[in-house]
Amino acid sequence: MDIFLQQLINGLVQGSIYALVALGYTMVYGIMGLINFAHGEVVMIGTLLAISVAGGLLQAGWPVALAGPAGLAAAVLGCMALGWGLERVAYRPLRNAPRLTPLITAIGMSIVLQNLAMMVWGRNYLGFPALLPKAGFEVAGAHFTAVQVVIVVVSAATMAGLLALVYRTKLGMAMRATAQSPAVARLMGVDVDRVIAAAFVIGSALGALAGVMVGSYYEIAHYQMGFMLGLKAFTAAVLGGIGNLGGAMAGGVLLGIIEALGAGYIGDLTGGFLGSHYQDIFAFVVLIGVLMFKPSGLFGEKTGERA
Amino acid sequence: MSEVLLQADAVAKHFGGVRALRDVTLSIRRGEIYGLIGPNGAGKTTFFNCLTGLYVPDGGGFTFCGAPLVADAPQKAAARGIARTFQNIRLFGNMSALENVMVGRHVRTRAGVFGAMLRTAATRAEEAAIRQRAMELLHYVDIAERADDLAKNLSYGDQRRLEIARALATEPQLLCLDEPAAGMNATETAELRELIAGIRADGTTVLLIEHDVKLVMGLCDRVAVLDYGALVIEDVPAVVQKDQRVIEAYLGA
Repeated sequence: MDIFLQQLINGLVQGSIYALVALGYTMVYGIMGLINFAHGEVVMIGTLLAISVAGGLLQAGWPVALAGPAGLAAAVLGCMALGWGLERVAYRPLRNAPRLTPLITAIGMSIVLQNLAMMVWGRNYLGFPALLPKAGFEVAGAHFTAVQVVIVVVSAATMAGLLALVYRTKLGMAMRATAQSPAVARLMGVDVDRVIAAAFVIGSALGALAGVMVGSYYEIAHYQMGFMLGLKAFTAAVLGGIGNLGGAMAGGVLLGIIEALGAGYIGDLTGGFLGSHYQDIFAFVVLIGVLMFKPSGLFGEKTGERA
Repeated sequence: MSEVLLQADAVAKHFGGVRALRDVTLSIRRGEIYGLIGPNGAGKTTFFNCLTGLYVPDGGGFTFCGAPLVADAPQKAAARGIARTFQNIRLFGNMSALENVMVGRHVRTRAGVFGAMLRTAATRAEEAAIRQRAMELLHYVDIAERADDLAKNLSYGDQRRLEIARALATEPQLLCLDEPAAGMNATETAELRELIAGIRADGTTVLLIEHDVKLVMGLCDRVAVLDYGALVIEDVPAVVQKDQRVIEAYLGA
C-alpha cells in the first residue's frame, strides 16, 4: 500500500510538469492546428538558462532567495522571447503553407535548438543548483519533499491563472475566437497574428516554469532532455484531447500517475523480467492506445472547443 | 445630396475564367440603407468580400470616408469602420452570446498581451467596460436574456440578431448585412426590418444584400442590381422595380 501511495505522489509531481508542458502544445494546436515539436526544446533551454543564471549568481555569492527567482525570471523571459522568435521566424512565413510544411519546420527547429544548446552549454550533464529546501516529510508511510510540494502547488496555481486568462480576459476571448474561426475573428478586428504570437509566448513561459521544476526535481539537466519530455507532454496533450486546455492538464497528471504506478509495479507484474527503467514504455503504450481507440482524446469532441 | 460614405470604383474580381465582378462602380451615401440585389451568383457576396478585405480585388478599388480603402487585411477594414454579417451564420459557436459580442469590441479597445497577463487596473476597467457595452448591444437586438447561452444553442433568428450585435460592437460607420432575412419567417422578417431601420436611425449606414425583394424595396433608400457580376442599375426602389433590364435579369429572359 505504501508503494502505491508513494508512486501516486511521484506521479502527481511528474504529471504536474507534463501538464504545464502539454499546455504549450495544446494552446498552439488549438489556435493554429500546428504541433510545435520544438516546444520540448524551449523547455530544455529554459532549464539551462536557469542553471546558468542562478548557478552563476550563487557562485558570485548571492543568497538562494535572490538567485533562485533571478534564475526563474531569466528562464521565463528568455523562453518567452524564444517562443516569440520561433513563431516569427519559423512559422509565420508558413501561415498559408500546406499543413505538413510547418510540422516539418517544427522538427527542424527542434534539431536546430538542440544543437545550439549543445554548442552553448556543452554535451555534459549539468547539475541544477539547489534552489529549494531539501526538507522531507513522511505521511502514511509515503515520503515526499518540499520540492515536490512546491512543484504541485505552483503548477496548480499557474494552471488556474491560465484558465482565468483564457476564460476571463479580452486576450483569452480573442484566442478562443481565433481558435474557432480565424477569418471571422479577423473581421471583428482581432489581430490574429498577435493572438498566435501570444499563444507561443504564454506556452513558452509555462514551458520555462516546467523546465525549472524539472531541473529542481532531478537536479540535473542536459541539452537532449527536451526530446523525451516533449514527447511525453505531447502524449499527455493527445490523451486529454489536443486543443483542449482542461484536457492537457488532466492528461498530464494522468500520464504522470500511469507512468509512476507502472514503474512501481512493472517488476512485480513481469516477475522481475522488466525493471522500473522501462517506465518510458507506458507513455507510448498510452499514446498508441489513445490514437487507436479514441483519437480525439478523453475530453476532446470531434468539433470540440479548442484552446 | 448628402456625403458619399463609400465609393466603389470599377471593382473587378475574377476566379480563373469566371468574372465575378465586372468593373462595378457605385456609391453609398452616409445615413442611407442601400440595397444590393441580384440573382444567385450575381457577385453580391464577392462584392462584400472585396469590401471587407477577405478578397483582394483584381481591379479598381474603394474609397471610404474620403480615403482609399486598402483592402489587404480584414482587421484593418474593421478598424476603418466596416463591419459585416454572413450569409451562412459564422458565430463563435462555443462561446456565449455575450462573449461573441465582446470579441467585436476588440478593435475599439487597447489592452494587449502584457496587460492581460499582469491584470493592470486599466485592463480590468477596460474589460468591465467591454462587458457592459456588449450587454447593451444584446439588449439593443433584444436577445439579452440569452447572454450566457452558447451561441450554437441559440435559435436561428437569435443567431442572426447576435451576428448583427457582434458587428455593431465594432462601432461601424457602414454595416454590411449579407442576406439577414434568409430562412426567416414573416414575423421574424418584420422584426428584422424594424431592427435595421432602428440601426440607421441611430446613425449607422447600412448596406443590405437580400433576396427578399419586398424587404429591400420597402426598406432601402436606394438599390443597386448586379447581374453576372456587372452593375445593371443603381437608383431608388420605385425606378429599379420598373426597369426592364432588372425584370429580365430576374426572369432570366
